[in-house]
Amino acid sequence: MKYSITVTLKKDVLDPQGKVVENTLKNMGLNSLKSVRQGKYFEIEVEEKNEEVADKEVTQMCEKLLVNLIIEDYKINKI
Amino acid sequence: MNSSVIVFPGSNCDRDIAVALEKMQFKNKMVWHKDTTLPKSDLIVIPGGFSYGDYLRSGAIAGKSLIVNEIIKAANSGCLILGICNGFQILTETGLLKGTLLRNKNLKFINKDVNIKVINNKTKFTSKYNLNQILKINVAHNEGNYFTKESHLEELNKENLIAFKYCDEKGVVNDLSNPNGALENIAGIFNAKKNILGMMPHPERMVDEMISNTDGVNLFSSLINK
Repeated sequence: MKYSITVTLKKDVLDPQGKVVENTLKNMGLNSLKSVRQGKYFEIEVEEKNEEVADKEVTQMCEKLLVNLIIEDYKINKI
Repeated sequence: MNSSVIVFPGSNCDRDIAVALEKMQFKNKMVWHKDTTLPKSDLIVIPGGFSYGDYLRSGAIAGKSLIVNEIIKAANSGCLILGICNGFQILTETGLLKGTLLRNKNLKFINKDVNIKVINNKTKFTSKYNLNQILKINVAHNEGNYFTKESHLEELNKENLIAFKYCDEKGVVNDLSNPNGALENIAGIFNAKKNILGMMPHPERMVDEMISNTDGVNLFSSLINK
């Protein structure tokens, strides 16, 4: 099974990189831009065939290593 | 006193801290991160550097290494643990210290001597300093912007768990004297039991008048005479 995971900073955590990208896009004349948040993207493949078990394992991977839950949120999608 | 310095691939202040510890009469041993036992230690130091190239997040990979289980056991049985710079980042990733270190607010790597103020001198790490003493210590980091949950910040203040705060040379703690955007200018914190100290500044670089100053000496002499 294949999963994609996106990790982003929580809403109330300052994202200076996102801010710089946002300002640059605005400076380039892309005026409809409202805001930019920068994050990370992972693609993960697991051997497990049982969907429920695989889902659980990927959640564990996120919470134990890939994500710092103090400052980051994550979303898991099946691909 | 026996000390151990943990070495990860990418640690680069491990020799400096070893020299400082030996100068201060510690019997020091270097410990590789793949080791599964710790030598008998009164103090464990996690040094600065860029363990695992800062992959994923600073300290994230080192925080899951084999030796960390032993460090957690030692910490829980009261052993003193000092994490400097990347060592502080690693301690937050292991959960031994709460909070985390975000990218510097100005997005720049900061390498300069800054002033910090001693906020709590009633601990095994800081007893040789005076309260509110101003020190000049080098910082060199890209992720030193301390952040934590509001409830933990309250705990830090209420339980006197803040070790050092960034200040100016007169001791003023404000946004102007905050190099990296850290919450309340926090430069170093203790755990609840005060046997673990994590700090971004490098006291091991300040133990010799010939290359810098000696403002870091009292941290080590506090420990050795604890």
